[in-house]
Amino acid sequence: MNKKRQILLLKVVVWLIGLTPAAWLSWRAFNDSLGANPIEELLHRLGGAALILLITTLAVTPLRRITGWNILIKVRRPLGLFGFFYLTLHFSTYAVLDQTLDWEFILEDLTERRYIVVGFTAWVLLIPLAITSTKGWIRRLGKKWQKLHRLAYVATSLGVLHFFWQVKVDTYWPLVATTVLAILFLLRLQPPKAKVTRKSVPQPLAVDPSAVDV
Amino acid sequence: MAALCRHSADGELLQRVAGYGDINKKKGPPELGRPPPTGATMLIRKPADIPSSEITPKSTYLNRRDFIAGLAAVGAVGGSIMDPRRAEAQGVKGLPGYPQKDWSKVRSELDEELNSYEDVTTYNNFYEFGTGKGDPVKNAHTLKPRPWTIEVDGLCANPGTFGLEDFVKPGKMEDRVYRHRCVEAWSIVVPWYGFSLRDVIDAVQPTGSAQYVEFTTLYDLEQMPMQRSFVLEWPYTEGLRMDEARHPLTMLATGVYGEDLPNQNGAPLRLVIPWKYGFKGIKSIVKMSFTEDPPLNSWRRATPREYGFYANVNPEVDHPRWSQARERRLGEFRKRRTLMFNGYADQVASLYAGLDLRRNF
Repeated sequence: MNKKRQILLLKVVVWLIGLTPAAWLSWRAFNDSLGANPIEELLHRLGGAALILLITTLAVTPLRRITGWNILIKVRRPLGLFGFFYLTLHFSTYAVLDQTLDWEFILEDLTERRYIVVGFTAWVLLIPLAITSTKGWIRRLGKKWQKLHRLAYVATSLGVLHFFWQVKVDTYWPLVATTVLAILFLLRLQPPKAKVTRKSVPQPLAVDPSAVDV
Repeated sequence: MAALCRHSADGELLQRVAGYGDINKKKGPPELGRPPPTGATMLIRKPADIPSSEITPKSTYLNRRDFIAGLAAVGAVGGSIMDPRRAEAQGVKGLPGYPQKDWSKVRSELDEELNSYEDVTTYNNFYEFGTGKGDPVKNAHTLKPRPWTIEVDGLCANPGTFGLEDFVKPGKMEDRVYRHRCVEAWSIVVPWYGFSLRDVIDAVQPTGSAQYVEFTTLYDLEQMPMQRSFVLEWPYTEGLRMDEARHPLTMLATGVYGEDLPNQNGAPLRLVIPWKYGFKGIKSIVKMSFTEDPPLNSWRRATPREYGFYANVNPEVDHPRWSQARERRLGEFRKRRTLMFNGYADQVASLYAGLDLRRNF
């Protein structure tokens, strides 16, 4: 398979993955099978989808390094944007369906409930990243783009913290998310030297921000 | 708002009770399919073992009924959006083995919308069967609610191990519709079937020094496989102050929606205290102990900063992580304001006179 076809195939897979939660939830909503508390179910599933996609986005670069499969970088932007998409739906569900735009209570939540504060912060942090994910912005920002987009780590970590603080006592899945995130951080801490030893490894991203170009 | 209570006709009650087997039949150890889970020396007490003078006099009992029935409806359902399909599903739900009850008539007599059978039996917190709300209905089939025994010990005159049949007495069984408010800020309206906890307490005669009663859920790794997990310390325990336990609103439920409690709802016997958060309503009870010191309830043991002993529904005292001012009534779109003591303040507020509810959450 040539490179172009590989990229096309990858993109199709990413779009399928990205649209599956939305399709599944829409289908369940349409069939009234979201259970006894449909708003809560939507809220949790959308939040889960966002978190999984954001963590997966952070896994792209380490995976690319390890496998040497350079074209993986092509899926990073769509994955990240899908994550942001679900996070936006998650927040909208909270504000519109759960709180029925009752600002008095939303404001109280956004200031006093720590799990909501960190979750909301994560969403806000991702807004500039989503905006600057285009080719034009990558070019305009140059090296600054790289720095700015490290916020993805901060936002995703806050998302995991939000998950942790939201559950009552069963921290199994928050712990799984934390573990995966910790592994990804460790992989990032690898000295750049390690990469140079292998021929197939791509150039370090810091030198080539446009590598994220899709 | 109402403490909505309804009572069946006597004939219906007897038939209903018959579902638990012949209550006059002598019960003894050989008839039981398995030893009591507690491993204590077994003594099955028949109703005759309890001096009749110790059982609540009929007059008191009737007065209590009148009292409960007299808690007339005041609130009204505001801004609720019920899904018509949901309402339909409730109507066709059969009630096998029990006299058919006209639920639409029951509904018409209530001032709040009854939640559907599906809501009540598919959305549960019962961590012995998983921590997801949909887990208990999927996993609770491993629970064997018959035969069942309840051990009563501690500071009381008539301790012993009782068969479920000894607890369930004709003439004492009542239908009671209560609001049920979870600490997670959702709520439902449930038609329970059962009897006042007070009836049992009067029969076993706690001594003067008994200040509290502790309840324990079954601990059985085969019937409750999730007890292998460490989310909570097992077995689950709960406790009430004696005056709370003896309050006429406090009940032991054996059924819901006109049928036996499904396993996921805490079969065969669970506590219902409508003015407290749902986690106080301990399920699948195998033991009651009368104590002088306050028992340590499971959630308090797990997170003392977040869960107290009292767990009274209180819109003014938030959970450390979320607001308790409002709740989502399942089936409704807009959140509704949570009522003090879940709307039962007139009946129970006096129990807590002078108590700092912010401290004693």
